[in-house]
Amino acid sequence: MTVAPKREDYDVVVIGAGPAGLAAAATSAEAGLSTLLLDENIGPGGQVFRAISSTPVTDRNKLGADYWVGADLVQSLRASNAEVIHRATVWSLDRNLDIAVSIGGASAFVKAKRVILATGALERPFPIPGWTLPGVMTAGAAQTMLKSSALVPDGRTVIAGQGPLLWLLAAQILRLGGRIDRILDTTERGNYVAALPHAFAFLTSPYFAKGLSMMREVKAKVQIVSGVTELAASGDGQLASVSYVAGGKRETISADLLLLHQGVVPNVNLAMSAGIEHRWDDLQLCWSPMLDANGASSVTGIAVAGDGAGIGGANAAAVRGRIAARAAVEALAPASAARLPAMATLRADLAKAERGRVFLDTLFRPAPQFRIPSGDTIVCRCEEVTAKDVLDSVAIGATGPNQLKAYRRTGMGPCQGRLCGLTVTELMAQARGKSPQEIGYYRLRAPVKPITLAELAAVPKSEADVKAVVRG
Amino acid sequence: MFKRSELDKRPQVQIFVDGVAVAARQGDTVSAALLASGRDARRSTAVSGAPRLPYCMMGVCFDCLVTIDGVGNRQGCLVPVAEGMQIEIQMGKREIGK
Repeated sequence: MTVAPKREDYDVVVIGAGPAGLAAAATSAEAGLSTLLLDENIGPGGQVFRAISSTPVTDRNKLGADYWVGADLVQSLRASNAEVIHRATVWSLDRNLDIAVSIGGASAFVKAKRVILATGALERPFPIPGWTLPGVMTAGAAQTMLKSSALVPDGRTVIAGQGPLLWLLAAQILRLGGRIDRILDTTERGNYVAALPHAFAFLTSPYFAKGLSMMREVKAKVQIVSGVTELAASGDGQLASVSYVAGGKRETISADLLLLHQGVVPNVNLAMSAGIEHRWDDLQLCWSPMLDANGASSVTGIAVAGDGAGIGGANAAAVRGRIAARAAVEALAPASAARLPAMATLRADLAKAERGRVFLDTLFRPAPQFRIPSGDTIVCRCEEVTAKDVLDSVAIGATGPNQLKAYRRTGMGPCQGRLCGLTVTELMAQARGKSPQEIGYYRLRAPVKPITLAELAAVPKSEADVKAVVRG
Repeated sequence: MFKRSELDKRPQVQIFVDGVAVAARQGDTVSAALLASGRDARRSTAVSGAPRLPYCMMGVCFDCLVTIDGVGNRQGCLVPVAEGMQIEIQMGKREIGK
């Protein structure tokens, strides 16, 4: 079913229907602003609340209370007058707040007075030897299948990496009768010491007790190997084994499925293509947009909310969505702002939701060897470029990610750098003795997701548009 | 690699993978249905011909590229299955018009 936007102009267009986008769109529509929510997925929820309206896993204990919070957000949105379109891929956003969106194979164009980007996060690349083999996936991929289709691993399954999601996924797989043979924990020993000064805030955050009980639940059933310092997948056209080093000892185990996870990072493609300034975040090791306290970016009229604004988790994302939407209401319909929670209240909510984040960021900071690969390990999955290829290009003059495109086509495949960008930046920074900030990132441009030439050609155009490009 | 939990009571949807009937469930994405089918659903890349399966299942990695109802290079993880849908596993590069 193809549903184009009902209007050409909106007060607020929100992009992404995860926690931030759901909260932002509901807030903006509640205040009476004409609001359009565009989302690429089949239903609302983003990644954290994936399939919240359709999951076959309806027993609430299986996915946990934190998941079902999403149902309330969806209910608030549905109670509002916001227009919502799913399976809508925004492929262009510019400084004039003109938006191009692909829906059912045709593009529509809308203009907004305010745009709230809530494009969320994606999993940090985990470039180990063999990570492109069939049978190697992200932990988030397994969680997506579990939530939306009640699918669980049933072959020999290894989960490797670190971070809260890894333990949550493991608990959910076990609750649904899935199989996990081993968990390889890559958390660096030194991180425990580094995180200690931030422990108090975490101990007093709601995450602590939940995290601890989940780890206990998993550890009772699965063999855990901690202190993993090396990791590789191998097999001939299909994953066959995983080898790792822990405590200086190498071990190889047979495996059908390897699920990798080392945290999440902002999904920056749309924000960067709109010209929003980003900076390298040395703690979270990723690019984050430069924002004011309301989420407003360097491009007038565009705010960023949720994990796309820097990783803060689902609770913080929803609050950031409300803050960005309230700021839009204050600007466009100040009289209506009184209907919404006060900004001071929202900021207090945010501070509470972000409590313990520095501890998590420090404890689960991924080790250099899992971020910066070497030798024949693939960096760019689309164009199949190895770490050695990148370093060879640096040796003959490639200065940064954009020059590297001309040497090796890194970042020029269909994923547009989403799975290699951070690796390329850090690898080139290390090779050239520069900071990631100095090395920079790919220059991203529309279309930020591939669309067919037929769809582009079918875009409505004036006679002047045609004359501008047709000769004679 | 994956199995369906007994909790899943959704109605079946029949799709065709390279002409062979495959039982999916309503609400599955094409990629989830392929991974659940137990069939060899590996595509091969346009660059080297290396075999791949979906990696991220959330629309960012493009390793789930598949031909759906004659349209090539669709992200199988973003498209829900529909009764009678024709899926082709992609081998190598696309051809013009496909």
